[in-house]
Amino acid sequence: MDTAEKFDDKAPGNAKLADQIEGEQAMDETIRYPDQTVGTPYVDNPKMRMRDVEVFYGEKQAIHGVSLDIGKNEVVALIGPSGCGKSTFLRCLNRMNDTIDICQVKGNLHLEDQDLYDPKLDVVELRARVGMVFQKPNPFPKSIYDNVAYGPRIHGLANKKYDLDEIVETSLQKAGLWNEVKDRLHSPGTGLSGGQQQRLCIARTIAVSPEVVLMDEPCSALDPIATAKIEELIAELSQSYTIAIVTHSMQQAARVSNRTAYFHLGRLVEMNDTDTVFTKPEHDLTEAYITGRFG
Amino acid sequence: MDRMHFGEHSSSQFNEALESIRNNLMEMGGLVEKQVVDALQALLQADSALAEKVMETEDKVDKLEMLIDEECTKVLALRQPAASDLRLIIAVTKAVSDLERIGDESAKIARMGQQLAEEGESPRGYVEVRHIGNHVRNMLRDTLDAFARFDAKKALEVAAEDKEVDLEYRSAMRSLVTFMMEDPRSISRVLNIIWSLRALERIGDHARNIGEQVIYLVEGKDVRHISVDEIEAKLKK
Repeated sequence: MDTAEKFDDKAPGNAKLADQIEGEQAMDETIRYPDQTVGTPYVDNPKMRMRDVEVFYGEKQAIHGVSLDIGKNEVVALIGPSGCGKSTFLRCLNRMNDTIDICQVKGNLHLEDQDLYDPKLDVVELRARVGMVFQKPNPFPKSIYDNVAYGPRIHGLANKKYDLDEIVETSLQKAGLWNEVKDRLHSPGTGLSGGQQQRLCIARTIAVSPEVVLMDEPCSALDPIATAKIEELIAELSQSYTIAIVTHSMQQAARVSNRTAYFHLGRLVEMNDTDTVFTKPEHDLTEAYITGRFG
Repeated sequence: MDRMHFGEHSSSQFNEALESIRNNLMEMGGLVEKQVVDALQALLQADSALAEKVMETEDKVDKLEMLIDEECTKVLALRQPAASDLRLIIAVTKAVSDLERIGDESAKIARMGQQLAEEGESPRGYVEVRHIGNHVRNMLRDTLDAFARFDAKKALEVAAEDKEVDLEYRSAMRSLVTFMMEDPRSISRVLNIIWSLRALERIGDHARNIGEQVIYLVEGKDVRHISVDEIEAKLKK
């Protein structure tokens, strides 16, 4: 399996990655991990509450005791160097990691009162409440209309054609795509531009009225204009949804989020108001990463 | 890690840009410091030639101000600096405008020196000019030192000094006004001294402003428009 290889240091292609991590650790000699996350990882009445999350890929531990809250209607950005575990952590939030056999998640993860890892929980239902937008736009090879209507159909959210039409229209409007596609709803979604495809995927995600939207580097494959549109959209969406976004672009994290979490080698080093993180981070590791002194 | 160490950026060009900004700022600081010293000398010794030199230096100072501002604009546009880099750029852009104003004030003092050289010495006030002048000069030196070494403690000391300068200035003003009332014929000459003292007091204020920028740069805390005691309390938090 792909992921198994990815975390096996002995695999020939990964010698470089191992070197890099060792190099980083060597450089970090003078910077120490905090005993616990610095800043304000917790909020009152959180939408999602994660405590002592640990993730293993086989023997290899990818996340070490991460605890944080995501507030209602908050945009939380997860940043950190490659391989720091930010995407892995994000994928725990709607059990995307279930699809990886060797991946094991420990700790307490709650969406309001719902234990995310309750064995009785219906994962499909969970993913309707916690939607996800991926790095590469991945519209289904169907029409624009069917892409958006897919979720509501399988979840039985609309009984009549009229209701479905309305859901499709509102979702596309919320995703800022309606005006561009209203005259060609039945042409294939794959025929749209990259930025439009990504907004289509966002429309598809919000069509099932999720409470939380997870975004895994949603703009990394897009040009600056399309990126600006998605960022605008994130601000808009945060009025109705709670959003967690993983991004490699620190400027993007700075622009869109209320709070920023900095991950480093599987640990949550600091979580603070985004303003604080980008002007006066509390921890030296955050400072070093934000200012581009490593990473 | 030494937080204020600027040598380890992953991008060497970014390093060079920041380094160049700091060097130019220090050069500008050095020039302005020299201007203050020379202006005082020109006033106290009625040295017109030296006063001329002070005014000529202004041009150089202005050019450096524009150069540094341009460098900072470039870094902001091209590098989108964050955290300590961002604070450095912000602090530098503010400090250069204070330095430029100090240059202006020095030129004012030099002009007063020239006038006194033409009209004849003022009967009073030189002791005060020398005393406050020395005080302000030290403040400027210390504040530039604090900037070069990212020393917030020293910057705080400068802010405290400014309070003393203000007191000294007020007391000098009282005695000179009294003197002018007693001897109206001296008013025009004593006024030259008063304008110079006023310029020195302003230089003290600018030195304090730069010190406040150093505190912002090092500690990330905005300490403008509050008393020295309040600054201390804020830094302890």
